[in-house]
Amino acid sequence: MKFTEEHEWLRVDGDLVVVGITEHAAEQLGDVVFVELPELETQVAKGDEVCVIESVKAASDILAPLDGEIVAVNEALSDNPALVNEDPTGAAWFFKMKIDDLSALDAYMSEDEYKAFIG
Amino acid sequence: MTELRRTPLYDLHIELGAKMVPFAGYEMPVQYPMGVMGEHNHTRIRAGLFDVSHMGQVILRAPPEALESLVPVDVQGLARGRQRYALFTNDAGGILDDLMVANRGDHLFLVVNAACKDSDIAHMQAHLPGVQPITDRALIALQGPEAEVALSRLVPGVTAMRFMDVAVLDWNGVALWISRSGYTGEDGFEISVPDTSAETLCRALLAMDEVAPIGLGARDSLRLEAGLCLYGHDIDTTTSPIEAALAWAIQKRRRVEGGFPGADRIRHELADGTSRLRVGLLPEGRAPMREGTPLFASAEATEPVGTITSGGFGPSLQAPIAMGYLPTALARPGTLIFGEVRGKRLPARVAALPFRPSNFRK
Repeated sequence: MKFTEEHEWLRVDGDLVVVGITEHAAEQLGDVVFVELPELETQVAKGDEVCVIESVKAASDILAPLDGEIVAVNEALSDNPALVNEDPTGAAWFFKMKIDDLSALDAYMSEDEYKAFIG
Repeated sequence: MTELRRTPLYDLHIELGAKMVPFAGYEMPVQYPMGVMGEHNHTRIRAGLFDVSHMGQVILRAPPEALESLVPVDVQGLARGRQRYALFTNDAGGILDDLMVANRGDHLFLVVNAACKDSDIAHMQAHLPGVQPITDRALIALQGPEAEVALSRLVPGVTAMRFMDVAVLDWNGVALWISRSGYTGEDGFEISVPDTSAETLCRALLAMDEVAPIGLGARDSLRLEAGLCLYGHDIDTTTSPIEAALAWAIQKRRRVEGGFPGADRIRHELADGTSRLRVGLLPEGRAPMREGTPLFASAEATEPVGTITSGGFGPSLQAPIAMGYLPTALARPGTLIFGEVRGKRLPARVAALPFRPSNFRK
């Protein structure tokens, strides 16, 4: 698993990359009450705002970590946004991307590096 | 930037694991480890303890009719031992602040908003004699259906109090200034306690099974569900009390007699209505509509007709809720309007306030 400075985790699943937010991010957000997922089959560029997460406190964005295409979204989050707090690194994945070059993941942090990053 | 102030309960907040944020010039707890949702629900079901020491407490040794020159509220008719909601208005009929006024026999006791307290005190000192800011007392609130059973273990006399009563009651030789009121839509109390006794009192309450500490996050969701205004957001100098749907706070004698700042406009609006009104809004989807969201009469309309002034998620309603201003013609409960969220027009219905019935001890 790889980690971004925006507190996203990235997991390779075959030729796809699965994206979610870290436990640390979920704790900081507080109780999640709404998730807006990206549309399927859209091309996104690294840094694009692709999801919105609203907690009781505020709204925040999830950025596309890589260039690619959104090929799957986790509809379970629309019905049960609280999954983000319950199982952020498992059941609460947000979307899957098809990317051209999986080696682009190498630029992101390892788990140890992420732990050091959040202190 | 000026240094943030701390309340006498700062060390206790840190010990309880609070996340502290700057608010109205103070470092205040926004939430504790329980989290905003848990704290909100705890207050609705049991009893929540809030530090509101940042708010302004003022003793006013002036005749009630003197204060009436600054507020459109009947202060002369306020019985001894009773409290009432009031508003400082300006000459244009806008709202300078909202406050609570209590009649304590030989003086009045006022509680004003933290962000406005310096200007409120200056405003009163410019117009009234006997303005005495209280700077050596903390203010805490204990709110929720189990607030009475909890507080009465320390102060048995509170069981005799009704909603909006005030009393000075003894606790271990300390005089507590207690009102049966609050900002959550629940039964409960606000307690003014000397700085030096504040932490001991809070620890005694927190030791009880019913009581948990509650931060500003849940304070905001609780007051929003209760349909209560937040100064600087839902009301300010650009809103009149009538536009803000606060006409109920202006008693009949004052409507008839006038004699308060902005009386011309406010009496005119009482007679003829206003072009806009503060309303409740229930978004139809799950997406919260936050403060600043523009409101439209249709999905296609090009010009907004209003704005959301407070919005978020109501944990007790398990749905997004909001308040805002709409043209009077669109202010009837049930009216369909559209809020623009991230470029999308999302439907919402005008709703009666409060969003859920209040549980006061009448």
